[in-house]
Amino acid sequence: MLMNSGILNGSRSVSNGLKYFHTSSCCREIQKMTKLRVVDNSEIGKRAMAEGKPPKCIHVYNKTGIGKIGDKVLVAIKGEKKKGILVGLKQNQKTKVPKFDSNNLVLIDESGTPVGTRIHVPIPTILRTILKEKTQSKGADYTKILAIASKFV
Amino acid sequence: MLSFISKKSNSIASNTRNFLRHSTSSQALKPTEEVNSSNNKPKDGRKSYAEFRHIYPEFLPDPKIEFRNSIREKLERSDMIARRTLIDIPEFYVGTIMAVTVSDKHTPGKPLRFVGICIKREGCGLRSTFILRNVVDHQGVEVMYELYDPTIQKIEVLRLEKRLDDELLYLRDSLSEFSTFDSNMEAEILAEGTPVPVNPIKVQLKPRPWLERWERKNLKGVEKIDLPEKFFKRAAELAKPYEKYDLMKQYMGTIPEEEQNEIFAEIQSQLHKLEVTRKKMKRKRTFVKPTKLA
Repeated sequence: MLMNSGILNGSRSVSNGLKYFHTSSCCREIQKMTKLRVVDNSEIGKRAMAEGKPPKCIHVYNKTGIGKIGDKVLVAIKGEKKKGILVGLKQNQKTKVPKFDSNNLVLIDESGTPVGTRIHVPIPTILRTILKEKTQSKGADYTKILAIASKFV
Repeated sequence: MLSFISKKSNSIASNTRNFLRHSTSSQALKPTEEVNSSNNKPKDGRKSYAEFRHIYPEFLPDPKIEFRNSIREKLERSDMIARRTLIDIPEFYVGTIMAVTVSDKHTPGKPLRFVGICIKREGCGLRSTFILRNVVDHQGVEVMYELYDPTIQKIEVLRLEKRLDDELLYLRDSLSEFSTFDSNMEAEILAEGTPVPVNPIKVQLKPRPWLERWERKNLKGVEKIDLPEKFFKRAAELAKPYEKYDLMKQYMGTIPEEEQNEIFAEIQSQLHKLEVTRKKMKRKRTFVKPTKLA
């Protein structure tokens, strides 16, 4: 116990012997192993959040490996691999682009159709432009996410 | 000016004594605080330059010496005045609840309105920014705006007040009820000439982990922080209570009083004109047309 508390001085408190290091909370970047928050009402997402096992990013589909707003990520959620779109970040944004208190994710399937039917947090309007740009005529159609959003900021 | 200097050199001994007395007094000495000398007061009941400093802080340039450029500053000031003649940029402070309407290029034809509390105000000149924070649908949202952004259509002050701290960034780590504001809030009208009220509310922080070590920041608007003793011990070790006596630091971090007067004297007449039109508009708003009763 003594040793534990010595090692974990900088990280979170030690609770029931479980120790977990957070490497991404300081830099607030979306990279591999970042914990995300599912904000749609898909069954798997709701269950994962209710159980306190939020999905982890295991890949970012861009060339930098750092997830920015509107980027597609691969997440590990309840032992499955799912794809999702980042719809709100903790990171500092440009002016007029909202910054959120959590890293929000909406789960999608291969064709870009959202798994859930409703997003229960506000969505930045800049996603309209970003997702339209990312949608190719023959590829996945990401703009369906905008249709299930409840509020824009 | 020369005579002023010679007078100063004559009474240098008494001056130094004054200096020391000031610096050891309990209140923090601000070299720019004592502006209300008789020759600085503008005539005909206009606002004094000391008030301008708080109402229009972005007109004062960055005190950092390598960023100074008097021509650029002058041009920026004229641009700011030009912008202020187009839209009404009201007086606001950190802690004020505001609504900003911007025209959004992502949703053409539909302006976006965001209501929130101002948690930070920084920058000077055309680059001055402020951050609004609100909790929408149980999700904390913050938006940073540039004060002189041409896409801003309207800036409304819904509740003009100050808080106990200069920055409210700790609202990010406090309970959500302290940063929740209704988006349909109506503007509260303050009577003319009343001083800006200070809201003495104390917010409650969430348990750690936090974004910053708030126990070290000497915050006044936070309720007693529940932490083990060692955190406060360390905070006391790192505290710099002597910093307020560092006159040189204060001098380098502020614009000297004479320069402030020069700047505000240059723009005072325009600002006064803007204020008069704003007052007219305000009166129009507060005047309710009496309806005929049956």
